[in-house]
Amino acid sequence: MDYHSPASFAEASALAANATGITRFLAGGTDVLVQMRADIVTPDTLIDIKKIDGVRDITRNDDGSWTIGVAVTGAEMSEHPELGRDWPGVVEAMDLIGSTQVQGRATLTGNLCNASPAADSVPAMVAAGVTVTVTGPNGDREVPVEQIPTAPGRTSLAKGELISALHIPARGENGGDAYLRFIPRTEMDIAVVGCGVNLRIDGDTITEARVSLGAVAPTVLLVEDCARAIIGTKLDEAALEALAAAASAACNPINDKRGTIEFRTEVAGVLAKRAARIAYARAKGEKA
Amino acid sequence: MSKIHVTTTVNGDEVDFLCDPRETLLDCLRDRLNLTGAKEGCGTGDCGACSVTLDGRLVCSCLVLGVEAEGKEIGTVEGIADGDVLHPLQKKFIEYAALQCGVCTPGILVAAKALLEKNPDPTEEEVRYWLAGNLCRCTGYDKIIRAVMDTAAELREAV
Ligand SMILES: Cc1cc2nc3c(=O)[nH]c(=O)nc-3n(C[C@H](O)[C@H](O)[C@H](O)COP(=O)(O)OP(=O)(O)OC[C@H]3O[C@@H](n4cnc5c(N)ncnc54)[C@H](O)[C@@H]3O)c2cc1C
Ligand code: FES
Ligand code: FES
Repeated sequence: MDYHSPASFAEASALAANATGITRFLAGGTDVLVQMRADIVTPDTLIDIKKIDGVRDITRNDDGSWTIGVAVTGAEMSEHPELGRDWPGVVEAMDLIGSTQVQGRATLTGNLCNASPAADSVPAMVAAGVTVTVTGPNGDREVPVEQIPTAPGRTSLAKGELISALHIPARGENGGDAYLRFIPRTEMDIAVVGCGVNLRIDGDTITEARVSLGAVAPTVLLVEDCARAIIGTKLDEAALEALAAAASAACNPINDKRGTIEFRTEVAGVLAKRAARIAYARAKGEKA
Repeated sequence: MSKIHVTTTVNGDEVDFLCDPRETLLDCLRDRLNLTGAKEGCGTGDCGACSVTLDGRLVCSCLVLGVEAEGKEIGTVEGIADGDVLHPLQKKFIEYAALQCGVCTPGILVAAKALLEKNPDPTEEEVRYWLAGNLCRCTGYDKIIRAVMDTAAELREAV
């Protein structure tokens, strides 16, 4: 295995473009090293992106949007004094990943590019409308987060391409987001279902919404029927029931020891309702 | 396979070693630097027996490559005591019998020390969540939690 620690994304991209065999990028390594250890993937080329300038920065831009460096850890996101006030759902989703030790290393980008359908930060990012900058041999392109994973363990990134930054939109007025997952224990487990909700209100009425589900299909889903079920409503009982039905209808889950198809389908609806209530309360400025 | 030369700081002392790029920091600490305090329980980030600090941040050394230690500051259980004088956490672990086989103990001491530096007055719940990534197959955790809580109380009185 060749280990490289390039000083720029252009250099990282060129290294990956010219590499033969299996290439991995190294952010926090909490997936890469586990896969090496378990002999699932032993890269021929490992490109550590942590020595590139700015990769640890959390920046609030003039328009209120956020740029998150690709090596920013979960712990750094939770410790940031303002990010969690704008985007509590995104920060809490990332914070659910692993233990204190894993939080000291794990990144949003790694969670996204590992492309697990159960990745906790991804539904929260999809709901929030996060986009990424992809740097490759032909320059940069902007891609919505939901277009990165294509199947379990697979992404839409071409050879030589890597993510060079994440962008969270400006929170704006009267908005709120939330992420909830169901796991059989209270810590250190993989989501059986995850649900991210992000919405905006005008008075009591929801004007914009994005709802995302994790662990119920081969990739994280953006469920437009869920958004439609609550837009224009005051999140009354009827709207919540319609939301739950749309969430359950979107599920195409697997059966495994953590949850049956029936269980995951039902829990998706339950979590969507709970997450929507939290996001709604947050949009109203209530503590939730 | 050519080996890579790594210079790093462990418990305040500059050290260097040669390692294969696939070797974990845990293997480098144990096999190259003879610091066998950090243990391997699982090798996959689940048990916390390999806990160390990397530039002050608690991590699993089994999930860090040795080459990533270049230019960093590592803290291990060997650096917790001050010479022959045990750290208050170590004394309380003995007093409370918060260990049996001791395999989890170095990782728990490193993790608990990192917690108390960040939060000198944690609730029991906070201690339990902070240590959720440190598994112990022997004690049932209760004595560990009590030892950490009592150390925190003692350290608060000392200042
Ligand atoms: C004990 C333990 C518990 C865990 N619990 C959870 C959990 O509860 N929920 C959860 O979702 N995950 C969990 N994980 C998985 C893992 O921690 C997360 O997926 C984490 O966010 C991965 O981030 P990383 O920075 O460590 O990624 P890495 O391991 O560094 O990389 C992961 C993948 O992303 C690619 N990659 C990294 N950076 C880039 C880039 N800039 N451009 C393109 N590709 C890139 C790599 O090539 C690799 O394929 C757990 C892991 C462990 C060890
Ligand atoms: S050996 Fe590192 S977490 Fe178990
Ligand atoms: S004392 Fe044996 S594992 Fe904790």
